[in-house]
Amino acid sequence: MSTATMTMPAPRAGRRASLRRDRRWALITSYVFLVVFAIFFLIPPYYMIVTSLKSDAEVAHMATNPWIIATGITFDQFKILFTQTDFLIYFKNTAIVTVCVVVITMVVSVLAAFSLGRMRFWGSSVLATGIFLTYLVPDTLLFIPLFQIVKAVGLLNSYWGMVLVYPTLTVPFCTWIMIGYFQSIPKELDEAALIDGAGHMQMLLRIFIPVALPGIIAATIFAFTVSWAAFVYPMAFLYSSDQQVLTVGTVTSLIRADVYKWGMLMAGALVAAAPPLVIYAFLMDYYIAGLTAGATKG
Amino acid sequence: MAEVALRQVVKRFDDVEAVRSIDLDIPDNEFVVLVGPSGCGKSTTLRMIAGLEEVTSGDIWIGGEVVNDLPPKDRDIAMVFQNYALYPHMTAFENMSFGLKLRKFPKAEIKQRVEHAARILDITELLDRRPKALSGGQRQRVAMGRAIVRNPKVFLFDEPLSNLDAKLRVQMRTEIKRVHQKVKTTTVYVTHDQIEAMTLADRVVVMHHGRIEQIGTPQELYHHPKTRFVAGFIGSPAMNFIPCRLEHTGAGLSVRISDAIVLPVPPDHSARYQPVVGKEFILGLRPEHITEPRSNGRVSAGGEFSAMLDVVEPMGMETMVFFTINGTEICSRVEPSSAVAPGGKMVLHANMDHMHLIDSSTGVVI
Repeated sequence: MSTATMTMPAPRAGRRASLRRDRRWALITSYVFLVVFAIFFLIPPYYMIVTSLKSDAEVAHMATNPWIIATGITFDQFKILFTQTDFLIYFKNTAIVTVCVVVITMVVSVLAAFSLGRMRFWGSSVLATGIFLTYLVPDTLLFIPLFQIVKAVGLLNSYWGMVLVYPTLTVPFCTWIMIGYFQSIPKELDEAALIDGAGHMQMLLRIFIPVALPGIIAATIFAFTVSWAAFVYPMAFLYSSDQQVLTVGTVTSLIRADVYKWGMLMAGALVAAAPPLVIYAFLMDYYIAGLTAGATKG
Repeated sequence: MAEVALRQVVKRFDDVEAVRSIDLDIPDNEFVVLVGPSGCGKSTTLRMIAGLEEVTSGDIWIGGEVVNDLPPKDRDIAMVFQNYALYPHMTAFENMSFGLKLRKFPKAEIKQRVEHAARILDITELLDRRPKALSGGQRQRVAMGRAIVRNPKVFLFDEPLSNLDAKLRVQMRTEIKRVHQKVKTTTVYVTHDQIEAMTLADRVVVMHHGRIEQIGTPQELYHHPKTRFVAGFIGSPAMNFIPCRLEHTGAGLSVRISDAIVLPVPPDHSARYQPVVGKEFILGLRPEHITEPRSNGRVSAGGEFSAMLDVVEPMGMETMVFFTINGTEICSRVEPSSAVAPGGKMVLHANMDHMHLIDSSTGVVI
């Protein structure tokens, strides 16, 4: 043994140094790209904030630098937005629609995913793939047939119509996420629950939902984002101001022909972006854990 | 407390017959171990008793009642799984009490039962912890606790020690035996480890290709295997199987292994073997029955031969030596002091009192 050790070549100092150099370069490259991407993605929000804090006069003044506030910060844009437009109605409508859509989506997709992912039955895997495929049909095509349906049920120009149609976007994907998550839970867990005396509903409520919480949160965030940011459906199905939602309402009420109320548009966009931002910030870890479930053995 | 009985139980998965008409009677409080290689149908049998697999045909009785169509929760059984199957979001206490809560036991009784089980398993300190914060052995104790608190008619164990390291496995084995002595309950335990089977079982059921090869106490299986499979499966290192020919020699019988090695058959075996003299067989001898002459106790006349050792494996309290006769590798267990170096010649003695003669075509021990 000792002779073997003695005959082993000593690690070369050159190779060690080159390893360290490689690592340093990898780090530098990573940071450069991270900074570039961070700047790229932070420019729009920055522009929004800056513009929303300017007066109309400064926004309209072509000679000023659009990236900085030259004549002092003002909250007038927000004041006018909240008091003289229907923005708060849009906000309320969007909140109602989103909460309802998230609840409906989660109830439907958790139940669907549990039955498709855990209760093996004839055709379950084909059905699961089929559900995902429906997600691939773009809403820009779906709104035409959906228009007939929404009209038929008398929900045209009502935000309750959105509560009906948004789940066509959210349920397939959320079900897909949840199927993956439920399938990653070892089957002995439901067998243990069966032996312990749980029925399928108890198993779902007391074992699967708590264990799959990261997946459920990921799906919830997805449903929330889709519902909050949907544009095509409200554009097609809603036309009076009291029923409008944030995305379409802000744009239609603050852009009149070729007159753009930039300051208020930016203020409105900022306020509209705040709820998803807050939710993302708090639940980001769960979101990532949910999306990557099953990728590695947990 | 209940007896378990299987009557002509068959399990078929599409075209594959996993369990082929087995009959088994397990009296009240007995500890039975189903043992066999992977795919022999032992786990499927256990899962059918648990109600996790449907029976294709035949009947399963628990406590005098056919349970074929009863769901697992109504069979009054408790099961311990290989990967523990603890609920990750619950503490040890909640894991153990979950079954009782579902059965709507009063809170005070749940607490008392869990604490009692925790004392038996020595996990009182761990009751507030989640499975993540427990070691493998501790998790397995909690899983056993979950079974004990239910006070079921039957305990089912599905390879519960396979995920543990070797040292912990031995420790938990003793623990399971201790628990069974304290909490007398009918137990069916599945393992592929024959040592686990031998040490734990009141009776061992050896399964092979979906059939029961032999049922018996560990000693019966070890000393009186009925088939070549059981003879080879039970015991470590495995029994040696040496092709031989049964012959007349003078007044008695002997087995000829090679031109040079002829081993005498003890007189008390002769009557049994008399009708089959002259045929080819497989001689089964355990390593501890091929040893240096002085440690074989009562040395029967003859039975000695010399062998050139190929490999010598010192194990501490004993040494395994390997040699080849007519292309068959043979293992023998000798005292460390008497082993010679590999390549050396050693005189060994076959204790033919423990011989088994196996029909090579049917695999049946004669």
